[in-house]
Amino acid sequence: MQKATIYVTLKPEVLDPQGKVIMNALHTLGYNNVTEVRASKMFEVTVKAEKDADIAKEIDEICDKVLANPNIETYHYDIHDE
Amino acid sequence: MKYNIIIFPGSNCDYDAYFVTKNLMGDKVEYVWHKDTTLKTPDCIIIPGGFSYGDYLRAGAIAKFSPIMKEVISFAQKGGLVIGICNGFQVLTETKLLPGALLQNRSLLFICKHQYVKVVNISTPFTHIIEQDRVLDIPIAHNDGNYFIDEDGLKSLQDNEQIVFQYCDKEGVLNDSANPNGSLLNIAGIVNKKGNVLGMMPHPERTSDPVCGVTDGQQIFLSIKRFIEK
Repeated sequence: MQKATIYVTLKPEVLDPQGKVIMNALHTLGYNNVTEVRASKMFEVTVKAEKDADIAKEIDEICDKVLANPNIETYHYDIHDE
Repeated sequence: MKYNIIIFPGSNCDYDAYFVTKNLMGDKVEYVWHKDTTLKTPDCIIIPGGFSYGDYLRAGAIAKFSPIMKEVISFAQKGGLVIGICNGFQVLTETKLLPGALLQNRSLLFICKHQYVKVVNISTPFTHIIEQDRVLDIPIAHNDGNYFIDEDGLKSLQDNEQIVFQYCDKEGVLNDSANPNGSLLNIAGIVNKKGNVLGMMPHPERTSDPVCGVTDGQQIFLSIKRFIEK
């Protein structure tokens, strides 16, 4: 088994109101050095695959087709053995 | 004329659309379940509002994989009329029948209220009986209505005159205070390049019956009817 930990984030040019509200809350708490917060989604996808098999192509497909919307989001991931 | 209304698990404006098209407009209507693989000979397909698949992942993202969507896409590509309202608009952007995406409202709040929208394009099958720049009162009810498209995409929308509705105030002024959700250029509804697919966040089916107090939404359904029956 292999597991991909996938992060889907809004592109830098896309407004992230959630991140902004979180940043404002941090400022209220006195964390005034915080200059930006971007919220993102994280998925853990477990794939039936041998230890050395290359599953990156499959994970790219899954991200392109389902997990990320290329109009507004980008993604990156780490793959590790389970 | 005949409508098909697509129902996904989580659709909740399907009966409103059914009632308006059948009882008020006197048109034929049939529901189509999302697992069906054939349409029921529509002149126009309505993808209604609601929360298909609970808005999981992204609003409209899972609905695009429903079996019936293949038929909807093929119908649209052949020039058939498709109107997506609210969650239907989100489904149409996810299926790429319409460009751009609907982000979370900038206020992070679910907004449910009456809203004025300006009809800025009357050369579509959905708006051709309406006067240019008329202001309609059509309510909104959404969490993810914040229309976004990149710079090139926005230019293409403008060059091809694809913007149909824009949020405005009662006098038709387009400004930030009349923009409920942060949409680029106050965009409330767009068509595809061919003009046969419309997505709009406001709910015309909720202001069609006189019992609602306002009947501006009828203009959309009357336009479609006249376009088909001409």
